[in-house]
Amino acid sequence: MSSDQQRHPAFMPLILLGGLIFGFGLGYSHMARPEVVLNFLQFDDLGLLFVMGGAAVTTGITFFVATNLLDRAPLTGRQYTRRLKSFDQNVLVGGAIFGVGWGVSGICPGAAYASLGVGNFPILWAISGMFIGAYLQGFWRARSADTDSTAAVSD
Amino acid sequence: MSMELLPALTYAELFPNGVMRYAIGGLLIGLGAAVIYLGTGIIAGASTFLESTWSYASDLPRFNRRKYLDSRDWRVVFTLGIVLGAAVYAVVFQGGTWTTEVQWWRLLGGGILVGIGTRVGKGCTSGHGVCGVGSVSETSLVNVATFMAVAIGTAQLVQALGVTP
Repeated sequence: MSSDQQRHPAFMPLILLGGLIFGFGLGYSHMARPEVVLNFLQFDDLGLLFVMGGAAVTTGITFFVATNLLDRAPLTGRQYTRRLKSFDQNVLVGGAIFGVGWGVSGICPGAAYASLGVGNFPILWAISGMFIGAYLQGFWRARSADTDSTAAVSD
Repeated sequence: MSMELLPALTYAELFPNGVMRYAIGGLLIGLGAAVIYLGTGIIAGASTFLESTWSYASDLPRFNRRKYLDSRDWRVVFTLGIVLGAAVYAVVFQGGTWTTEVQWWRLLGGGILVGIGTRVGKGCTSGHGVCGVGSVSETSLVNVATFMAVAIGTAQLVQALGVTP
């Protein structure tokens, strides 16, 4: 991607607009309320299926149309691609750890930011926790990467 | 599909609040991601913000990789947008602030695990769950199936232990 100086003047306003719609949708769907997520996980209200389904159908159609019919993104010149990440053990381990956290608290990153927006100040506990968790994994992975490279050199 | 799996349960029991608020909210969440994608080609997830924002404060190489340094500014703007968008919802529809009853230690402890898990697992409910599933990515489908199953088991266990709210 281009550096900040070369960015299209509409780049940041568009990101903000997208975030506004995204956050409004999280508020409207009540995903910003941990209780509603926990009700889904405890099978008391399966409405969350429609949130994820509705959102995935919208992005699915958008990705399909853009990757097949459109040229390049107007504000960055980027090529349109699908979101494809490589599969490895981390996908399972990380998914499982996230699952325990989601099941305990009823919060996930986007919904937690939105929760702050609906005035839910206790969510700062969760947001602080997420930053602590992200730091812990960064610290741990930096250390294990050092150990790996040292081991590789000594081998 | 759910109706066939759970024939004894009625619609009202499965969806006590109806489905419109959930479906419309979901469409808007997808629309927000689509607006950014169509304009910029960027697939916006919500959890990378946690790592890229650490690059402002930490020298750890993990947080200072090129892709985080290049994206950290717009990720802050995206996140502020999410907070403001939800605030607009709160003013227009909710008629004021709303606060959770879920206990602080659940939010903090769960948050730490969410922070570790989404970063190790390459995404969260928006990255894998919305954009990855929308991309029909097998990696994302496996990740979503994993966190859904584990989260349901965990929440049921917490409930069975009598922890409320």
